[in-house]
Amino acid sequence: MSDVVVEKLARHWGTTKALDGVSFKVEAGSFAVLLGPSGCGKSTLLRLIAGLESPTGGSIRIAGQDVTGLPPAKRGIAMVFQSYALFPHLSVAQNICFGLEVRHVDAAERKRRLERAAELLGLGKLLDRKPSQLSGGQQQRVALGRAIVAQAPVCLMDEPLSNLDAQLRHEMRLEIRELQRRLSMTMIYVTHDQVEAMTMADQVVLLRDGKIEQDAAPDALYAHPATIFAARFIGTPPMNVVDLDDEGRIADAPGGAGALGVRPEDIVVVPIETPGAVQARVESIEYLGADTLVAARKGAGRLVARVPGKAKIEAGAAIGLAWTQEAQHIFDNRTGRRVADPPA
Amino acid sequence: MSKARATIYGWLLLGPAFVLLAAFTHWPAIATLYHSFHSTARRNRPSVYVGLDNYQGMIDDPVFWQALINNFWYAVGTIPVSIGLALLMALWVNEKLAGRTWLRLAYFTPTVLPMIAVANIWLFFYTPDYGLFDQIRGLFGLRATNWLGEPGTVLGCLIVMTIWKEAGFFMIFYLAALQSMPPNLAEAAAIEGCGRWTFFRRVTFPLLMPTTLFVLVNAVIGAFRMVDHVVALTAGGPNNASMLLLVMIYDVAFRYWDVAYAATLTVVLLAILGTVALIQFVVLEKRIHYR
Ligand SMILES: Nc1ncnc2c1ncn2[C@@H]1O[C@H](COP(=O)(O)OP(=O)(O)O)[C@@H](O)[C@H]1O
Ligand SMILES: [Mg+2]
Repeated sequence: MSDVVVEKLARHWGTTKALDGVSFKVEAGSFAVLLGPSGCGKSTLLRLIAGLESPTGGSIRIAGQDVTGLPPAKRGIAMVFQSYALFPHLSVAQNICFGLEVRHVDAAERKRRLERAAELLGLGKLLDRKPSQLSGGQQQRVALGRAIVAQAPVCLMDEPLSNLDAQLRHEMRLEIRELQRRLSMTMIYVTHDQVEAMTMADQVVLLRDGKIEQDAAPDALYAHPATIFAARFIGTPPMNVVDLDDEGRIADAPGGAGALGVRPEDIVVVPIETPGAVQARVESIEYLGADTLVAARKGAGRLVARVPGKAKIEAGAAIGLAWTQEAQHIFDNRTGRRVADPPA
Repeated sequence: MSKARATIYGWLLLGPAFVLLAAFTHWPAIATLYHSFHSTARRNRPSVYVGLDNYQGMIDDPVFWQALINNFWYAVGTIPVSIGLALLMALWVNEKLAGRTWLRLAYFTPTVLPMIAVANIWLFFYTPDYGLFDQIRGLFGLRATNWLGEPGTVLGCLIVMTIWKEAGFFMIFYLAALQSMPPNLAEAAAIEGCGRWTFFRRVTFPLLMPTTLFVLVNAVIGAFRMVDHVVALTAGGPNNASMLLLVMIYDVAFRYWDVAYAATLTVVLLAILGTVALIQFVVLEKRIHYR
């Protein structure tokens, strides 16, 4: 089992700072997700860890050993590419065993590992097929198989599910997590999909413009977002963030030193005359089945509430919105950072 | 669209190309076959059916055998080397090195040059005494050689020039194929610790097989279609030492005006090319992976 420690890692291309001084640690045997919008430097970071790209600054340690200058093959990693990178002229079995052959693993051991991987991934009947004769999900499994048989302590994956349909993505999410546990690999998994991050990760490293926005467990990230960006990136629909005026009330005009964040599921719709309730006018209603999203305007802010079942509210109606003290997140509007935790 | 209408549309779309192809390729081919079984029409002596006489005459003609053997060595000398060189250059030019655009251009230049210009350049290289090769040899005190005038060297001279011209052309096809290969494959292999040679042997080369087949077919056809440079440089001489099949056909047809014999030789040339192409497609197709 190997931990991965990244320190002040940077990769610049001319004036583009794809990665700008990133430090974090992934514990041995845990599942870390590198999360962030497209272009924030996730792939660059993963490729630096893999050794496919060389950093302009900083260091990488795997299992205590500085691997910053080592070639990919010497780092004890396996990698699954977004496009799978299967060899089109080789059969499934040959694809899976390619690395073992190159590393001169003997034939009996190769066969043993191939059989195990095929069993784990349900590839038994497909071993003689060519990649072009497989569906996207099956190709994905072959790519996983190639990573598994390497028995590398660290496994890197770059958006491995983004080419699959929603149903398959859901199944593979569970399956990859299960495999990672069973084989007790250290996993570093890149995605732009916050649902994947929340459901799979032990640790989420949220990136933005080549810097770390927040590095925390999924529940901590959800409950205590460190910045407005983190708050709005996690959760569907995202957290409501509205500007506050000098008295700490929701501002009538945009701008203001502070911002208030409340998650839609923390807001309840109450009669307008309820004491302490925020009075707002309903702008739109979105019925989702299990619940309804009610979007209402208050001053310059727009608040979305998630109401269970089908809400009996009309657009244009005046309603009261209420939430508890604990559900409030206060941010500094200039820095974008969290200022105070709600009192516990 | 109904099936019948789709068929009509299909034929209509194919029509123009098919008419042109039939008029200028298929029909002449059949006419050539016809002529090869007839005598050449001369004044007062119209063409008559002569059966296999023309073929018999060909088999008895030492120049034909010489041209055939020359052409064989010419093909053997040019094809593997120019393809191998093309592949090497393509692999090199595909690397991320400074000035690679210029390098690619430089390799491709021989292909762009007009044939007569190429012949002229090489005529200078091969000139006895003050030609490029002899000047270099002169530096080492070696005596002048009449490269194109000696039966022993002339075919080699043609081979060298052809390799120089063809390698850059074939390189373009390899380069295009290499550039369409996803870089992820090399990265996936690098993570497994696969060396450059192993990667080439196990991945790059097999994936280039369709290109190799294509280039090979073209090279073979090219080797038997060679005429212009020979006419410009040696006209098949000295003593038929650089006589190739197509040069001979040209001579027979347009210098001696022996249409029937030229047709006979053409039929043989077509048969050779057809057989080679067929063998290549049947044999290699089995071993090639097509995406
Ligand atoms: N080879 C490269 N040359 C120049 N810029 C690059 C290169 N690779 C990535 N970048 C830039 O680095 C930034 C991060 O890219 P990437 O890591 O691929 O983002 P992500 O995977 O998060 O979508 C992008 O702005 C991208 O344009
Ligand atoms: Mg990416």
